[in-house]
Amino acid sequence: MQPSTTIKRTPFYDFHRALGAKMVEFAGFEMPVRYTGDVHEHRCVRERAGLFDISHMGEFHVEGPGALEFLNRAITNDLAAAAAGQAVYSPMCRPDGGIVDDLLVYRFADHFMVVVNASNIAKDFDWLRGQCPQGVRLEDRSDRTALLAVQGPKAPDVLRGLVPDAALDLGYYRFMTGRLLGIESVISRTGYTGEDGFELYFDARSAAPVWEGLMRAGKERLEPVGLGARDTLRLEVGYMLYGNDIDDTTSPLEAGLGWTVKLKKGEFVGREMLVGQKEQGLERKLAGFALDGRRVPRHDMAIESGGRGVGRVTSGTFGPSLERPIGMGYVEAALAETGTALEVRVGEALLPARVVARPFYTRGSRRA
Amino acid sequence: MGYPADVRYTREHEWARLGGGQVTVGITSYATEQLGDVVFVELPAVGKEVEAGKPFGVVEAVKTVSDLYAPVSGRVVEVNVALAANPALVNQQPFGDGWMIRIAPRDAAQMSTLLSNDEYGKMVEEQHA
Repeated sequence: MQPSTTIKRTPFYDFHRALGAKMVEFAGFEMPVRYTGDVHEHRCVRERAGLFDISHMGEFHVEGPGALEFLNRAITNDLAAAAAGQAVYSPMCRPDGGIVDDLLVYRFADHFMVVVNASNIAKDFDWLRGQCPQGVRLEDRSDRTALLAVQGPKAPDVLRGLVPDAALDLGYYRFMTGRLLGIESVISRTGYTGEDGFELYFDARSAAPVWEGLMRAGKERLEPVGLGARDTLRLEVGYMLYGNDIDDTTSPLEAGLGWTVKLKKGEFVGREMLVGQKEQGLERKLAGFALDGRRVPRHDMAIESGGRGVGRVTSGTFGPSLERPIGMGYVEAALAETGTALEVRVGEALLPARVVARPFYTRGSRRA
Repeated sequence: MGYPADVRYTREHEWARLGGGQVTVGITSYATEQLGDVVFVELPAVGKEVEAGKPFGVVEAVKTVSDLYAPVSGRVVEVNVALAANPALVNQQPFGDGWMIRIAPRDAAQMSTLLSNDEYGKMVEEQHA
């Protein structure tokens, strides 16, 4: 049975409409895909700063004795190695090593905030609830949380004076609580663009003054950016999109996320399978490839080598900053080596492609 | 918003303008809004025969790709070579410098089978609703 669904709106919906954004449904939300144009918005983020409404993403609050152990058992990265004020990117795996979701865990002094993909909010909440021990409180705060990202080399300039000075000194993947335009917020130096920037979490009821305040302060340095450019920006730096590049059937090792899998941290869900994969070697790997022409690889197109199908494109786009088409897809491990020649099938045509190192784009302002 | 009255339209969002015995073809402003930024237009060679309702090329945008359908049958007599260096013309002037091909039609009366601007506008409105 198809459950009846209503399309949700973020608290910034009226601003998107007033700006004339083209709206699309994404993960059950009516979201702005573009305001002016994908390439313009993409360049705005690479050169100045962009304002993204990503309030569709989910936020879970986790608190109580045993919360750290609970979360650390659910994810592959090591939350215990993070100090308070640090955010950790991690896959959350099934026992068979498939990825339930990729998420951010924020470690506060006395609780945690788990930020998940919009398309996975219900799935992740159920998944975590099934593992949640007595005494740990797990709460879905997605609907009451607004989330904006300010991304680009000018992001610190835009936020200067609107956030505590200390926020501008935060290192990458560090965060603090503080006032943003007078509104209590979580100010995080994270992002999905390859550029310097911040992600800002606050009460959805303060959406209007924060959006207006940021736009006013941003002046010509800041423009709203839609999901279209968000995707080209993330793909140019090789970040995963759940549902495309990773899902329940792909493992973090196959996806090249081995740096987030801490096999020595102790027991966690999926560990046994991942240890096995590591010992036996991977059958397939996610390869990034670039094309010379102007035809663009698209999701689900076949990848071929020597006349036989060897995989499918998971994500593909024209890269505005690279000025060439790029893509990713799972192929036999031997074919994922940098420099390997592949072909992407588009109807009758075979487009020559070459495996290249990720990130594709390396000139971003992101500070490690 | 109205669409130009001096051209006819296909249901696949191409426009066709008859002038000097030739039919100039492009895509509508509505199509460019749906596609987003165009990065490449694959066009047929001059001299190629195209069939009404059949694909004659491909338009690649950053986020999406679409076939181009011939509004009328005939022989391609000219292609817009400016699009190779500047595909953004399609977004900037869809009804003008962003044109794609010129066709010597086999039967210019085929133009009358295409939609008027009012009919096209109505169709877009219905699709959008």
